[in-house]
Amino acid sequence: MSIKLTISEQMTEVAREQGKTLAPLRDDLPLLDSGLDSLAIAVVVARLEDKLGIDPFASADDVQFPVTFADFVKAYEDGAD
Amino acid sequence: MALTELHSLRSNISEEGPDRFIWNRVAGARLNDLARGTSLGGRFAELTGRSVLIATGNQLTTALALIELDGRARRLVILPPDIDPEHLAAVIAGADVDGIVIDHGSAKFDAFKIAASVECSSNIVPIEQRPHAFFQTEWVLLTSGTTGAPKMVAHSLAGLTAAITPRQGGDPVVWGTFYDIRRYGGLQILLRAILGGASLVLSNPGEPVADHLARLAQHGVTHLTGTPSHWRRALMSAALGKISPRYVRLSGEVADQTILDSLHASFPQAGIGHAYASTEAGVAFEVNDGYAGFPAALVEAEHDGVAMKVIDDSLYIRSPRAASHYIGEEVAALTDQDGFIDTGDIVERRGDRYFFAGRRGGVINIGGLKVHPEEIEAVINRHPQVRMSLVRSRRSPITGSIVIADVVLKRECERASEEHQVRNDILALCRGTLPRHKVPAAISFVPMLVVAPSGKLARRYG
Repeated sequence: MSIKLTISEQMTEVAREQGKTLAPLRDDLPLLDSGLDSLAIAVVVARLEDKLGIDPFASADDVQFPVTFADFVKAYEDGAD
Repeated sequence: MALTELHSLRSNISEEGPDRFIWNRVAGARLNDLARGTSLGGRFAELTGRSVLIATGNQLTTALALIELDGRARRLVILPPDIDPEHLAAVIAGADVDGIVIDHGSAKFDAFKIAASVECSSNIVPIEQRPHAFFQTEWVLLTSGTTGAPKMVAHSLAGLTAAITPRQGGDPVVWGTFYDIRRYGGLQILLRAILGGASLVLSNPGEPVADHLARLAQHGVTHLTGTPSHWRRALMSAALGKISPRYVRLSGEVADQTILDSLHASFPQAGIGHAYASTEAGVAFEVNDGYAGFPAALVEAEHDGVAMKVIDDSLYIRSPRAASHYIGEEVAALTDQDGFIDTGDIVERRGDRYFFAGRRGGVINIGGLKVHPEEIEAVINRHPQVRMSLVRSRRSPITGSIVIADVVLKRECERASEEHQVRNDILALCRGTLPRHKVPAAISFVPMLVVAPSGKLARRYG
């Protein structure tokens, strides 16, 4: 399964659990407009660490927090290299 | 016998009367023999008036040495089994130790140049008892702090035994404990057994739960105590059915409603009580109504001389059963100006009861919102398939921390789909009960949780 698909699935699942409506996950969608708030995104990041074995935001101090959905996916793709 | 000796531990031991024993895994000692006998090879005089480190490797010899030396030693310092050797020098210097009791299982103390060293054995040999100088022995217990040097906490025997009500007749009592008697909770049980004319079955580190339960059954245990974590482990054992205690007691951790209900279901005839105690504050109260938490009335009015107050959600206790002071170098004050000890435990009032929410030092910060692991564990533990759980924090780049849970199920799931279902059920239970930030972000199923030597779930703070 592609990293992007895994991320989409986790976001969909967390949105469902938290009773949030998830916006269509287009690449240029700002994460904070996705319908998930910071707590929900924190949950997604934790679940992705369990699934993918990486947390691209944990390692360095100067990590740019992703602005768009595409940035978010790219952070994981870069981290998986 | 000197009048004052009536107040020593030994005065509760008599040669006549029913046989009383203390058993460990391999041996037993008949307490009655101590009335005219010695476990110290008769060498107690060498320790009279000294500050004595009880450094026995075996709880049976610990018990015998304590009985023999209370009233003789100036101070008894009880070394817990898991002490970091790094801290020994500070304990010995801080408590002015000039005598030591060892046994076959003791560590080596030769390097410390302690003036008097006496070996204790579980073999009690007869000896003529002569009147001796009586010392009001100071009892010193070490705290089981997870970080840093342990604190040395000074008690009197009167304070240690103040919560113990003398028993009037009735059927013989055999106490059992999952605790180690070298810590406050276990020492309470040793003292209860000694003062109550009872026998005692000791725990043994590393002994499988089923073997321990079988041993408790063999000796006919009537009163059994442990932490909620000890009890959850016992409830997982098929050997639990071998014992039928009349009294079941929990302390040392938060007793949630689930564990109380589970114990009631397993032992419908037994009285079930949970006690609140700490090495510093002593036994503050016991709750015997079968419900978690404690009546708010205990805070509103003194009971048995114990006063409690709640400030910023923290519980403070002033009690005649409390320790008198810390000893050693660089010691902090034990109490505030009004004589209250800060327990570090957080309580929350709901209706006419207070409930323990967790430790002040164990708070997880989720984006600025405080979370106590114990309150989440109490919810998870309500799920019928959950045996025990541990909630901890995982750092999060977004909210600082998030909550995750390790869960032990009563039986393993056979299929992945079943595991998925249980996980979803637990999360749904949490979502229905807790604010969002307290709902675990992830749940892992684990075969077992680590229980520290103190009997409490091993938590890593920080």
